Amino acid sequence: MTTETLLSQHEAVIAEVLEAYPEKAKKSRAKHLGVDTPEGVKGACDATKSNKQTVPGVMSQRGCAYAGSKGVVWGPIKDMIHISHGPIGCGQYSRAGRRNYYIGTTGVDTYVTMNFSTDYNEKDIVFGGDKKLKAALAEIDGLFPLNNGISIQSECPIGLIGDDIQAVAKAYKKESGKPTVAVSCEGFRGVSQSLGHHIANDMIRDEVLPDNSYKKDFESTPYDVAIIGDYNIGGDAWSSRILLEEMGLRVIAQWSGDTTYKELTMAPKAKINLLHCYRSMNYVVRHMEQEFGVPWMEYNFFGPTKTTESLRKIAAFFDESIQAKTEAVIAKYTEMTDKVIAKYKPKLAGKTVMLYVGGLRPRHVIGAYEDLGMEVIGTGYEFGHGDDYKRTKEELARTTLIYDDVNEYELEHFVKKLKPDLVASGVKEKYVFQKMGLPFRQMHSWDYSGPYHGYDAFAIFAKDMDLAMNSPVWAHTKAPWESN
Amino acid sequence: MQDVENIVNGQKLFLKPEYQEVFKNKIPFEGHAGAVNPAKVVEVANWTTTWEYREKNLAREHITINPAKACQPLGAVMAALGFENTMPYVHGSHGCVAYFRSYFTRHFKEPTPCVSDSMSESAAVFGGLANMKEGLRNCKALYKPDMIAVSTTCMAEVIGDDLNAFVLGARAEAEGELDGTPIPAAHTPSFVGSHITGYDNMMNAILQELNPVEEGVEVVKDSERINIIPGFEPYLGSLKEVKKMAAMFSDKIVMLGDHEEQWNTPAGEYKLYAGGTPIEVAKKASTAGTTISLQKYSTVATAKMIKGSWKQNYATCNPIGLGGTDAFVMKLSELTGKPVPKELTLLRGQLVDAMQDSYPYMHGKKFAIWGDPDFLLGVVSFLVEMGAVPTHILCNNAPRKHWEKEMKDILEKCTFKEECNIWAGKDLWHLRSLLFTEPVDFMIGNVYGKELYRDTKIPLIRIGFPIFDRHHLHRYSISGYEGGLNLLTWITNAVLDALDEETKDIAKTDFFFDCVR
Repeated sequence: MTTETLLSQHEAVIAEVLEAYPEKAKKSRAKHLGVDTPEGVKGACDATKSNKQTVPGVMSQRGCAYAGSKGVVWGPIKDMIHISHGPIGCGQYSRAGRRNYYIGTTGVDTYVTMNFSTDYNEKDIVFGGDKKLKAALAEIDGLFPLNNGISIQSECPIGLIGDDIQAVAKAYKKESGKPTVAVSCEGFRGVSQSLGHHIANDMIRDEVLPDNSYKKDFESTPYDVAIIGDYNIGGDAWSSRILLEEMGLRVIAQWSGDTTYKELTMAPKAKINLLHCYRSMNYVVRHMEQEFGVPWMEYNFFGPTKTTESLRKIAAFFDESIQAKTEAVIAKYTEMTDKVIAKYKPKLAGKTVMLYVGGLRPRHVIGAYEDLGMEVIGTGYEFGHGDDYKRTKEELARTTLIYDDVNEYELEHFVKKLKPDLVASGVKEKYVFQKMGLPFRQMHSWDYSGPYHGYDAFAIFAKDMDLAMNSPVWAHTKAPWESN
Repeated sequence: MQDVENIVNGQKLFLKPEYQEVFKNKIPFEGHAGAVNPAKVVEVANWTTTWEYREKNLAREHITINPAKACQPLGAVMAALGFENTMPYVHGSHGCVAYFRSYFTRHFKEPTPCVSDSMSESAAVFGGLANMKEGLRNCKALYKPDMIAVSTTCMAEVIGDDLNAFVLGARAEAEGELDGTPIPAAHTPSFVGSHITGYDNMMNAILQELNPVEEGVEVVKDSERINIIPGFEPYLGSLKEVKKMAAMFSDKIVMLGDHEEQWNTPAGEYKLYAGGTPIEVAKKASTAGTTISLQKYSTVATAKMIKGSWKQNYATCNPIGLGGTDAFVMKLSELTGKPVPKELTLLRGQLVDAMQDSYPYMHGKKFAIWGDPDFLLGVVSFLVEMGAVPTHILCNNAPRKHWEKEMKDILEKCTFKEECNIWAGKDLWHLRSLLFTEPVDFMIGNVYGKELYRDTKIPLIRIGFPIFDRHHLHRYSISGYEGGLNLLTWITNAVLDALDEETKDIAKTDFFFDCVR
């Protein structure tokens, strides 16, 4: 199909979707939907409105600022205890669902999969909960003496009832001598989890980075790097770290999957910060650039093409010895990934995918699918900003439907019209599409598999996509006595 | 590196020597105790298993650790989805709704429809009226519900939004688009009670909205009609079985809030709504002679309304276990004036027969169990009926009134009643201490028992909510005689699995590794 026909076809689909809305919502949603092509002309990646209020009354897939701070940025820091401060629900719904892998003795020296809640009741709302919070901090230290700090993650009521958690944290820090960080990431702030990432970054900037206690004994090498914006979902950061180490670099900190408080404080010692999830951690790497002079670089470890490209880009920052080792690493792994491609591409080539995720994945995983001969025909961000969409343009290989903060009604309609062979999105969407008989992979949790970052992980990615696409179960939907 | 002939995911990938090397290399950069002082980790880990730690832990008042409860609006969403073509609508931030939908979806492995009106900073300042006006219209236009069931998040409650006025205002400005669509609204503050309170409040609001009581107007009663409210019931098979049992007595027994089909739709096409009590049927709820609640503590406010405002006969039953099911059956017999059908007597006999076949394996075995108040009353009754010992009964969301007394009454019948403990308001980190200091043979509970299993090695039998890491258990019944058989099967076979585990060491313990048990 020519670009023009695809373009007009996609535009017609958008127009159809918008018809269902009342006028005001229609006008708003129209700005978030569009089509773009790899060619030079300005398309939806330039024009799409993003990071705006969600239209009320729809099934948005977005989360909140608390989810962005506790769930994404702070939660994976393994040796700190993160309090869900407020009513009981938020901490319970976000407990142990993100697969931020870590090594440690849970409940003794690490705490990621646990849920600490101040469990607000009506009295706390009416009279304020600062006293309770102070007592909670002390109880935590009494029962978990090996914790290396406590963060307080605010739920909606905290900012509304006027509790002064910053003052409580400051006083407690002074008293206990331990890091105590109050994060005002109330769920109603901003339009999605995105503002939560930003608030969380700011608190790392203000409360963690100024801590020099570990820096004085640190012996630098010319090859020190930090991994920033990898949450170690299913072990992603580990399968990334191995490549950086093999190319001769020393990973001195890993933010924030399988990380420790000490690692957080050490990132300013890196020669360069390597940024995977731009959306959730660009703020703090910019700060480290300004404050400590640490440059930063984005990279993409999904699929061998992008991984190789990224490794070379990273190596170019260092000397020839690193570059030579990097070529050896690439050669070693390419032999393996070529075999993976030879094995799976024939089974997957030509298949189409629609993506709807958050963070970096709406653009970063396109290359991995292309390595398998698959085409991404639609993509969008739950909580992206304009700079994410601009970066997406570079990744497009064909005419692509672009949808920002797409809700269930729209996505269902788009999928029915564009008929992809695979939908890759989140758990809330998973069973909607599987019921239609469409193969689906969760691309937040790697559908309980992974890792998906790096060369070894690409083999898993390929195997998982084949598993989803070529399972016999999709052929059973129609009963033999039903006509087509 | 991956072997392309045998690609492994993280489970085995990270066991390869090169990744073990990565882990080792990372340690010098880490600062947690495991990296800097592993001996200290062992020391503290051991300390957490002591009586001293237990006392300190049980004295904790201000921080909840690993709770066994959720917040009100979650229950409101379940109540709403029990009615036909009804969209749960949460007045508040959309982050909450993302959580409710994920939570149910991870449990049921099914989609969960629910919208929010995406309140944000401006709503925090000016109130959420504008959101509701636009939200209700958009919801109606896109998802075409016959009813929109509004609940609230803590944000809306804290700023004090006037829910009923908002709904009226939104309706008035909707240019007729919301006419004829019932919009019940319930206050469901997360800082009061738990998910079962939210279920109660939403159920109450829906029933009131659909059955307006007018001063001086007498509702014509149909004394033969019986309503059954299931409560916050995660076992879809239980709903099915209760309906089946009720139908054996009368075709005038209806379930109010029947969410069985919503989370059990077939492959083939996606439907937003499935099953549920038809709104026309729910509109006649107040005409019934009697309403039976199957979860007394999930329907406290609803009960008050039914008794006070509908002036209806109200009963509670808890058809989990033999005695509870017997009481339910006799209640149905009493209310319908019909003898117990032969089929039920047969099912009962089959359950009792099975209990008599398996009792040696449960007799005297010690159990720790946690969950919602009514669930606990039911399953603990069953444990007592089997001769087991419910050593630790933990209810994080224990009601302040009556519940503990009811549980004590059940334990009175227990052969080992001195060994049984009720832990009201405690959490799963408390339970960890209890398990280390006063160990049991098995645990019965939800997915959060998994870490307790890892730490204490006590086998976990997954019965409860939520269960994210095992599939399809929610499809079975835990209610009625057939539900009793499921409980019996799961528990007995878990005991037998443990026995095999303990006796499988070759030439050491395997003399007891019997083929016949």
